[in-house]
Amino acid sequence: MTRKRRRLYVLLLGMIGLGAATALTLAAFQDHLVFFYSPSDIASKPVPRDRMLRIGGLVEPGSVERAAGDPQIRFRVTDMANAVPVVYAGLLPDLFREGQGVVANGKLGPDGVFRAAEILARHDETYMPPEVAEALKRSGHWQHMGQGDKKPAP
Amino acid sequence: MQRFANPLRFKRLSGALLPWTSTATLALFAAGLWLALAASPRDYQQGETVRIMYVHVPAAWMAMFVYANLAIASAVALVWRHPLAEIAARAMAPVGACFTALCLVTGSLWGKPMWGTWWVWDARLTSVLLLFFLYLGYMALANAFEDEARGTRAASILALVGAVNLPVIKFSVDWWNTLHQPASVSRLDAPAIHPAMLTPLLVMALAFMAYFATVLLWRIEAALAERRVAARRMLTEAGPSSPALRR
Repeated sequence: MTRKRRRLYVLLLGMIGLGAATALTLAAFQDHLVFFYSPSDIASKPVPRDRMLRIGGLVEPGSVERAAGDPQIRFRVTDMANAVPVVYAGLLPDLFREGQGVVANGKLGPDGVFRAAEILARHDETYMPPEVAEALKRSGHWQHMGQGDKKPAP
Repeated sequence: MQRFANPLRFKRLSGALLPWTSTATLALFAAGLWLALAASPRDYQQGETVRIMYVHVPAAWMAMFVYANLAIASAVALVWRHPLAEIAARAMAPVGACFTALCLVTGSLWGKPMWGTWWVWDARLTSVLLLFFLYLGYMALANAFEDEARGTRAASILALVGAVNLPVIKFSVDWWNTLHQPASVSRLDAPAIHPAMLTPLLVMALAFMAYFATVLLWRIEAALAERRVAARRMLTEAGPSSPALRR
């Protein structure tokens, strides 16, 4: 009985120690574990220039420009607080559209324009049939524009 | 708890449960697949591709649920040395590894058309890949020793250490920016998924659960039978005067 009890205490102590160590490590690496920077991060924190990095946010509605005969597409990535202009030439994922979530991988130029080498679409956690989405839009209850869940960074 | 740790009692219990769980598996998979692939609507953004969710999400839930069970069984095996807990832990590891592999493969197939990539190293995807490696590590370690008991003990410690990964997987999408979207079903407010799509998802989740129960009971029964064969062989080979008899 007493040996079992001792093993139980050692195990519980070990798990608590391990959990605390993991929590501290993850907290210390906080900024390095993000997959992308938000436009507000770019505006407020020093981000590496001339190095590949990812920015993420929503494609600002009305910002997508495509010149005729030019393979480049220009748009702005926004988190509702700040926005970063992006230029990109290449294939876009099917889900790329205005108001949708997007992650761009590329370099931030000295002029503040982000030159993307790769564009990934990000979808939100909302699922519904198209008819329901239509009905919501018609009745004015639509609030699922892109990632409405992700509050913009302060 | 102690009462069900007896192998004979377990056999009686599993014999009573198995017809129910196996029937439920077949019925739930038939209903769930029909609901998911035929009767449910397409998504307003993703179109028909959303049907991958009905396999991907239950597989991901099961990958984590089985690992939680593996960690609990390992703790019971380490502290109380219940032989049935050791057998159960060894029996569920490959099943959990298969769920994790299914989750990773379907997620990759879903990521290509929707995100535009098969794989990214974001916090959610990477932590689930780590879960897969933990399962593989458990199985390798459990079978790495001549003495089965030592293998189980070493693997149990690995299973417990790896349990810290479970909250990391669950909350990775909330703690960090990830390409993977946040949770749809387990939220504080209402699920962000329409009932017409939530129902098939939950039926599929129940089907996965019933499948896991069936396969786990089968595997434990098989492991118990294997032990009895091994024990009997040892007796006949050693002869009546051997110390093996006294165990």
